[in-house]
Amino acid sequence: MTAEPAIAVHGLSKHYGPVAAVESLSFTLESGRVLGLLGGNGAGKTTTLAMLMGLLLPSGGSIRVLGEDLLHHRYRVLERINFSSPYVDLPHRLTVYQNLRVYGGLYGVRGVRARIEELARDLDLVDLLGRPYGRLSAGQRTRASLAKALINSPRLLLLDEPTASLDPDTADRLRGYLRDYQKTSGAAVVLASHNMLEVERLCDDVIMLRQGRVFDRGAPAALVSQYGRDTLEEVFLDMARGRAPS
Amino acid sequence: MSGLSGSARRIAAMIERYVYLLKGSWPRVVELAYWPTMQMVLWGFLSEYLTHHSPFLAQAPGVLLAAVLLWDVMFRGQLGVSVVFFEELYSRNLGHLFASPLRAYELGGALFVISLLRTLIGSGMAAVFAFWFYHFPIWRLGLLLVAFFLNLIVMGWAIGLVVAGLVLRYGLGAENLAWAAVFAIAPVSGIYYPVRVLPQGLQIVAHALPAAYVFTAMRAFFFRHTLTLGPLAVAAALNVVYLSLGLVVFLRTFHNARLHGRLLNLGE
Repeated sequence: MTAEPAIAVHGLSKHYGPVAAVESLSFTLESGRVLGLLGGNGAGKTTTLAMLMGLLLPSGGSIRVLGEDLLHHRYRVLERINFSSPYVDLPHRLTVYQNLRVYGGLYGVRGVRARIEELARDLDLVDLLGRPYGRLSAGQRTRASLAKALINSPRLLLLDEPTASLDPDTADRLRGYLRDYQKTSGAAVVLASHNMLEVERLCDDVIMLRQGRVFDRGAPAALVSQYGRDTLEEVFLDMARGRAPS
Repeated sequence: MSGLSGSARRIAAMIERYVYLLKGSWPRVVELAYWPTMQMVLWGFLSEYLTHHSPFLAQAPGVLLAAVLLWDVMFRGQLGVSVVFFEELYSRNLGHLFASPLRAYELGGALFVISLLRTLIGSGMAAVFAFWFYHFPIWRLGLLLVAFFLNLIVMGWAIGLVVAGLVLRYGLGAENLAWAAVFAIAPVSGIYYPVRVLPQGLQIVAHALPAAYVFTAMRAFFFRHTLTLGPLAVAAALNVVYLSLGLVVFLRTFHNARLHGRLLNLGE
């Protein structure tokens, strides 16, 4: 018997009146794999992530997450997934520890104190646990938000620009940590990012989105080769400027 | 984990979140008690003056203070739901909350509990003050006080849910509704005067409001020393209707927010 993929999306669309934010998106993602969503501003990356969590209802199509129909059994799924985005904050007046405790409660994490301590060590948050989230720097907030995203050891992790606002050293260590987490836990990861280096380093597959539609897809190295370019960034620029593969 | 225990755990987590918020800021706790107490001071002096100059009020000393205290229960109850909900928007946290297994009705349950706590702190302090300063022990109403309190706070919750729903629909630009909503119905709630003094049309409106029945029962107790349970039963029945409507509005606007992508975008 073949295990169900972590995500199976078919014909997914989201329309706001006449505007198609996402149109006819289909893909599958197996557990233990990392999928990158690439695209410029307004390409539909965040819209797609929001639909994968049920925060946004699609106009059409189907979404199966961890073997469940997300539109009908959303709450069976949500305890096993999590997400992080620089565009969604945690309560500013609560300390990092308090925030993680509250989310540990919401996700039903057993031994939440030990889990928080473990994440604090891994994400270099030990000295920040007692500090209000609103008083953290942008980079510290990103790490705290990532700790929240990992609090329930999710089987599916949705990350919107996970290393935005981080200095190169911290971003590099975080990528390493994410890769380790994904490998040891066997979790699937969807990553929306503008950082091509990050996508090349972390992702097994990439979907390139433009104006809500799939422009191209494939493994990062295969796309680079297909477009006759040296880096994924050059491929991205080709897509953004409407140039066809050479 | 069973549905019920899972729900209880998530509601407890949200209550913990709001208690952290309250504990983390002593000015917030002071503010909870400040306004009801100031109201009590103002109305206390007025009540003292009128009791000595009005034979009518002299029959029922404390009726004005009871009215002020009880009205504040409804006002605080409403604010406890709507303003605490706004905290999630101020901190742009809705996306995280609803990407978790938290159900919208569980958030509503947590808001009710924290509203109860805030109201007990705020109105409780004012009640203690009324006893200490004006020798008016509102707790002498006994079980009647519990019935008044529950009816008024539930009506406050119903209004709070509608306000929260409207803010979910129209954004924080609509947050002033939280302060305006209760005062819009104050004139027809018969807080300080009987409903019969209102024009006929407004009397019909008043009779559709649980608060009007509560204050009618309150005056009956103070002026005639009678327990009139009929109005309280009507108030309770109306509250069932209003709370259900409030929940429907809140859940519908939540669904609407998911449809239009507002859960990720709402905030300051």
